[in-house]
Amino acid sequence: MNPDKLAHMANQIARFFESQPGDQAQAVADHINANWAPAMRDTFLAHHAGQDLHPLVSAALPEIRGKG
Amino acid sequence: MKDLIIPDGIHGPKLSDMGTPAKKGAPVTLVIDGMDVTVPEGTSVMRAAAEAGITVPKLCATDMLEAYGSCRLCVVEIEGMRGTPASCTTPVRDGMVVKTQTEQLQRLRRGVMELYISDHPLDCLTCAANGDCELQDMAGAVGLREVRYAPGQNHVETRAAEGPNPLYIPRDDSNPYFFYDPSKCIVCMRCVRACEEVQGTFALTVDGRGFDARISTGTDDFLNSDCVSCGACVQACPTATLQEKTVEEIGTPERAIITTCAYCGVGCSFEAQMRGDQLVRMVPWKDGKANRGHSCVKGRFAWGYANHGDRILHPMIRESITDAWREVSWEEALDFAAKGIKAAQAKHGKDSVGVITSSRCTNEETFLVQKLARAVMGTNNTDTCARVCHSPTGYGLKQTFGTSAGTQDFDSVEQVDCAVVIGANPTDGHPVFGSRLRKRLRQGAGLIVIDPRRIDLLESVHMGEGIHLPLRPGTNVAVLTALAHVIVTEKLYDEAFIRERCDWEEWSDYAEFAADPAHSPEAVEALIGVPAETLRQAARTYAAAPNGAIYYGLGVTEHSQGSTTVIAIANLAMMTGNIGRPGVGVNPLRGQNNVQGSCDMGSFPHELPGYRHVSDDAARAVFETEWHTTLDPEPGLRIPNMLDAAVAGDFKAIYIQGEDILQSDPDTHHVAAGLAAMDCVIVHDLFLNETARYAHVFLPGSTFLEKDGTFTNAERRINMVRKVMAPKAGLADWEATQALANALGAGWSYTHPSQIMAEIARTTPSFAGVTYELIDRIGSVQWPCNETHPQGSPVMHEDGFVRGKGRFIRTAYVATEERTGPRFPLLLTTGRILSQYNVGAQTRRTENSVWHDQDLLEIHPHDAEQRGINEGDWVRLASRSGETSLRATITDRVSPGVVYTTFHHPDTQANVVTTDNSDWATNCPEYKVTAVQVALSNGPSDWQELYEAQTKLTRRVEAAE
Repeated sequence: MNPDKLAHMANQIARFFESQPGDQAQAVADHINANWAPAMRDTFLAHHAGQDLHPLVSAALPEIRGKG
Repeated sequence: MKDLIIPDGIHGPKLSDMGTPAKKGAPVTLVIDGMDVTVPEGTSVMRAAAEAGITVPKLCATDMLEAYGSCRLCVVEIEGMRGTPASCTTPVRDGMVVKTQTEQLQRLRRGVMELYISDHPLDCLTCAANGDCELQDMAGAVGLREVRYAPGQNHVETRAAEGPNPLYIPRDDSNPYFFYDPSKCIVCMRCVRACEEVQGTFALTVDGRGFDARISTGTDDFLNSDCVSCGACVQACPTATLQEKTVEEIGTPERAIITTCAYCGVGCSFEAQMRGDQLVRMVPWKDGKANRGHSCVKGRFAWGYANHGDRILHPMIRESITDAWREVSWEEALDFAAKGIKAAQAKHGKDSVGVITSSRCTNEETFLVQKLARAVMGTNNTDTCARVCHSPTGYGLKQTFGTSAGTQDFDSVEQVDCAVVIGANPTDGHPVFGSRLRKRLRQGAGLIVIDPRRIDLLESVHMGEGIHLPLRPGTNVAVLTALAHVIVTEKLYDEAFIRERCDWEEWSDYAEFAADPAHSPEAVEALIGVPAETLRQAARTYAAAPNGAIYYGLGVTEHSQGSTTVIAIANLAMMTGNIGRPGVGVNPLRGQNNVQGSCDMGSFPHELPGYRHVSDDAARAVFETEWHTTLDPEPGLRIPNMLDAAVAGDFKAIYIQGEDILQSDPDTHHVAAGLAAMDCVIVHDLFLNETARYAHVFLPGSTFLEKDGTFTNAERRINMVRKVMAPKAGLADWEATQALANALGAGWSYTHPSQIMAEIARTTPSFAGVTYELIDRIGSVQWPCNETHPQGSPVMHEDGFVRGKGRFIRTAYVATEERTGPRFPLLLTTGRILSQYNVGAQTRRTENSVWHDQDLLEIHPHDAEQRGINEGDWVRLASRSGETSLRATITDRVSPGVVYTTFHHPDTQANVVTTDNSDWATNCPEYKVTAVQVALSNGPSDWQELYEAQTKLTRRVEAAE
């Protein structure tokens, strides 16, 4: 799985939630947890360093479920 | 056998014809031939008689059309009325006393018939309509025994006394599916009226008066006229003047089986009229609730692919995609496939394999394929082609309303006052719905079209002034939020509805967001390319309409903000109170016949059947109990994710039922790379499709004519698909999937698809009441169908939203990353044409290709002139993903800066050009916006030539020994 593409997808999700009321970072994490397969989340979490992440994605990182 | 069931009272359209359309009104009682009859006010005497079981002779009347009163065969006597009025045009009155058969009437009718027959050939025995001709029937009914008129002027004979007969017009065979033989025409005008009233094309007219009157297309022949070959005129014709060529070739059908069309999401009901196991013709079923007796050229005529020589009828395998295919037995192919899947899982883990369910196959088949993934392979890696069309509908409507489905039935269009059509082209993509909408537009309903292209609907005959918002591709959200801005700031919203039905706090938040001057039409007009005043006019028109309905297509969903656009649509409907009754609503026009069904059946990797998330313990428990296994609570991979994982080396085997991802999915190079990286690709299809060039196993599929099951159309209607002939390759698709599952050790033992539907009903609350017995009994049923809605639900959210309170969600515009610049200054958008269907695997194998034999690039005269492009020139179409070549056509239907093409032909390779941009929520590809450059070229691109060469290499089949 291409980590750049995953970071890009995460940033796209963040750009939707940045205009929403409520806990935006949690919303980003919830969306990723509900829709991304575990392998996608694992790859993303393993390779997020060095990616140009939207601030909301960075804030959501702790809430994104990886390998237990 | 369940495949010979014809619901009660249906014996074929011509025998059950009531003469004039049904009416609604207060009951009126009259006496006909001594019998009391009670019918609704406005009903004709003819129909009232038919209700009482009395058939009044008729030729120009049919219940598909308003009465016309020209043939004078249906005359009756009515006490107190002078003369003999036509029963078709005379409305009933309380206390009326009618006689349908007297000596006077008999004499008059014989006289009329005698005149008709005097100018009609008497070749009944060799006529294509022999046994199926209303003129013949009526001659018998009125007791015609002689024709006293000496031969004279006529339209029948090729020669007159001296030289050729100037009145004779030769037969027109230009349409591939039906002929027009003017010598048999009685000028009853049924064809002209059908073209106007039912289809709405107005392609036919009558030339001349009296004896000189002839039916005409106004052009040389049918093929070169405005005719769209829907077949309504053929169906309406009482003689052999307009008749299917197949009837002429084969003979009259001897039985009819009601089934459902397998093309678009309208899901028309048809009578498959058979002789033995040979299909003679498909005739739209008048009692079909989606189509009400109408059809389009695809469903009515384009079924020849089912018998096409390209069909693969034997399973085939090969070790490598460069090997020739080897024909093998089903057992060997399934064993080979199962070994491939097991080997991948053993080496790369259980999630290294997956399935793609087909939105072309039945609910039962789709259910089995996702069950195969979840319960047998042990992975949630299942997806369907809805990924690339309506997955944003799933997300957007679930978030706002609580479930992923259109809110109305198609009948609802008859009560619409203002139709908003967004990113859809119904007269091409959903033609039967397009005709029904046009009928309502002729009655005075308003029309707002939000589309970069001037679609044909805007040019409907006899409609009022439509409003067209020719927006710049990719700015849907900005347009819809601007409409919301006008409705909020001008206080055009329905406060009572919002207070009762929606969350008031969320509404307040949304209203504050929409009211921001940054979202005003004036602020965004430069971005979207539509004048602010036009936007304001559109918002006011929609909000003011008593019933406003939104219909939308893939021009909404196939964008990087597809899901946000669906949410914006739901917001508009809620704020104007246009939800929960006939005539309103949010109506996604689904692409494929069973997109709705494949989504309902749990094809998506994150949702079990009935749209329940895989992490929902209670929902999982239902299936774990039913299937005696444990299910993964984590979402699986979506199609683009599977391909990404394949390229990364983590995804090794796939079972694809009835989908051609290499042609239909975006960024062809990437799809090809993904498929090439897999060890075991199993393609289950009718033809060696484009994807099959990367396949190791080919399982031959069955057409909709060869199996039982159900399709669910865009209005949630579950329609029966009935087997009319045995599967040509031996197994129906559900049987093949079962055999594959069993080769993997599943131990399934379904013997009929009704058992699969029973399993769906047991496990899925919205289908709890659905049984084959119910559908056979009432014709079709719209889900939810359960204890509270035992006969189904034509309109959803009537008393409250599925999720409780309707939810408003902010819709901020985020520009797509696909931007024009110096290298790629134009925006490409894509769509469908009437005569072809999606990747064209079916329609290209029919004579529909006479209307569209290649994809063309539509370009505005201004852009063409700048590039020196003339009509019909070969042009090179390039994006940052790739390039292809096709011929250009110059039209102002597209705005300057926008080009458009269809994607029906594999040699065009339009998806070589589209990018891997996708919707933020669902990964639905952004087909509708690609930055491109267009330039003159000499012919096909290098890629197209390479592809052609590869086609030859990968499609070899070893000669049988």
